[in-house]
Amino acid sequence: MAELRTMYEKIWDAHLVRQQEDGTDLIYVDRHLVHEVSSAQAFEGLRQAGLPVRRPDLTLAMPDHNVPTTARTDGVGNPIAIEDPESALQLATLEQNVAEFGVPFFDATSINQGIVHVVGPELGFTLPGSTLVCGDSHTSAHGALGCLAFGIGTTEVEHVLATQTLRLRRSKTMEVRLEGSLSPGVTAKDVILAVIGEIGTAGGIGHVIEYRGPVFEAMSIEQRLTVANMSIEAGARSGLFAPDAVTFEYLEGRPMAPSGVAWDDAVESWKSLRTDDGAKFDKSIVIDASAIVPLVTWGTSPEDVVPVTGNAPDPEEFGSETKRASVRAALAYMGIAPGQAMVDVPIQHVFIGSCTNSRIEDLRAAADVLRGRRLSPAIRSAIVVPGSGLVKMQAEQEGIDKVFTEAGFEWREPGCSACLGMNPDKVPPGESCASTSNRNFVGRQGPGARTHLVSPAMAAAAGIAGHLADVRDYAGVPA
Amino acid sequence: MSLTIIEGKAYPLGLSNVDTDVIIGSDWLKTVSKEGLGNGCFAALREGNENVFNDPRYAGAEILVAGANFGCGSSREHAAWALADMGVRAIIASSFSDIFSSNAFKNGILAATVDEAAIAPLVEAARDGDLKVDLLQQTVSAGASLEFDFTIDSFRRRCLIEGLNEIELSLLDAEFIIKHEQRVAGQTPWLARAGTA
Repeated sequence: MAELRTMYEKIWDAHLVRQQEDGTDLIYVDRHLVHEVSSAQAFEGLRQAGLPVRRPDLTLAMPDHNVPTTARTDGVGNPIAIEDPESALQLATLEQNVAEFGVPFFDATSINQGIVHVVGPELGFTLPGSTLVCGDSHTSAHGALGCLAFGIGTTEVEHVLATQTLRLRRSKTMEVRLEGSLSPGVTAKDVILAVIGEIGTAGGIGHVIEYRGPVFEAMSIEQRLTVANMSIEAGARSGLFAPDAVTFEYLEGRPMAPSGVAWDDAVESWKSLRTDDGAKFDKSIVIDASAIVPLVTWGTSPEDVVPVTGNAPDPEEFGSETKRASVRAALAYMGIAPGQAMVDVPIQHVFIGSCTNSRIEDLRAAADVLRGRRLSPAIRSAIVVPGSGLVKMQAEQEGIDKVFTEAGFEWREPGCSACLGMNPDKVPPGESCASTSNRNFVGRQGPGARTHLVSPAMAAAAGIAGHLADVRDYAGVPA
Repeated sequence: MSLTIIEGKAYPLGLSNVDTDVIIGSDWLKTVSKEGLGNGCFAALREGNENVFNDPRYAGAEILVAGANFGCGSSREHAAWALADMGVRAIIASSFSDIFSSNAFKNGILAATVDEAAIAPLVEAARDGDLKVDLLQQTVSAGASLEFDFTIDSFRRRCLIEGLNEIELSLLDAEFIIKHEQRVAGQTPWLARAGTA
């Protein structure tokens, strides 16, 4: 009988170029996404070594992290220059590098430009059974399509550009299984926050997660992208979903996906990727889906999750002094009292965007809560940053942009924006943001900024209320 | 550059879950160079009244002792460049994020994993005096009485000791890469080339 394998092991084995004597594997990379922040030094390394990009045709570049989200062209369609000289240089450097090395590229005015992790799936660049890397930790998102995808550093970017491979050691496998069904108002974002709260930010170190069970199977691809995206917040470099009919329906007809006979052959092949019945995982986590409620983060780590109906922790209730000290520090940074009710936490900023939650379904979910309502006067800034030019266009066709602007939001151009506070979209020191992004680290959205991670619907509810709020108290709750 | 033994002062940081945003903030990611990032290293922590990075006793230390999950979060290699620029050559922690430990190693920084129980005594020892990190023996010690084993991937250990360049090593496998590409073109041709948008 053939050896029983998990999906991760099947994809790994199919990409093994050479097993080295020291136990490391040279693994082939099928797809490589490149952006401005983690690539300049890699291209410079190639230049110094006199090396070409081995497979520019398997590489796709675009700016996302550092681009302003304000208008990119003037009234007659000419590009608007970027004010910040350092940002302008970094973006110009990417344009020079892709031209010099012949890498396909979408510039900031292209309809196809956007956050790499939104663009890859929507164009069909991301495929089941492939390996995909990018110099960005949220590359795990592409696992939603059954693609083994992970973030890499700049030296690894250079390694992939030069060789189309990476030298790696096989990871351990972790199954995250959700049993039961989700309650109304609970979204994919709440699910992944619950998973991170359960296993902790270090729980997945050295592992690749596979999301299994009926709740995950019932999710749309965009919901799966939200879940897989934040695998890295659980310490796992990758998260996988088995490709199924939902995956094939999503991908069929996307411009960079196979078509015709190749499509039929590909689907046949993708069906064999799922984990064999009886294959063993190194670790198994089972979570009761019916116990998950809308969640918010109270602290400065994505594992600091609590029901929106709950309270911030009291540091004195923790066993070790180290833990008490870290909880105290997190509460002090967030300006939250021990035991404070989360719905009493005031909010001054709302950010709807990021590779976690900037797709059309995310925007629809937030718009459903906002329709016919206005932002609280307590809100000083509220921005919606669609994940890509195509998402933005579709939202405008559906009239969703009007729902946001009528509620008081600004409707922006695609990019990473206030998720990481690298471009001008920052949260001021000491002020609090209900954010659909993925990290609530100290200073993440700007020095001194306070971030509460929430779902798009919950971000909308917080904007209306002027404080963290339970979306289930608002009409139009997503089912 | 080869790395075998590092002996001297160590930052007794001890914190767990030190993320890469804290190691180097996003404002520093606009650079197109690897140089000069040490000035921004741990900027958010340096603002605090008490911190090991402003303490003259540890100035110029080449070793850093942290808790669990060091380098979690973003894949920014700027974190490793910043630490290297600050002069750090070895980090002792009870666990590291996968991407950070890879980035550290690729910049000649030893990321040494010790048992959780070793962190408190090593932090204490670093407050009082020097630490010694021995990559050949895979030990970290303070004086004659305190010594802990650490683990490190064997391939990375060899690269650090021999100062090997991984890209040059992989380029030597070009014939295997070509064979793989030929196999994929036959078996799963949709992977062998991307469509156009």
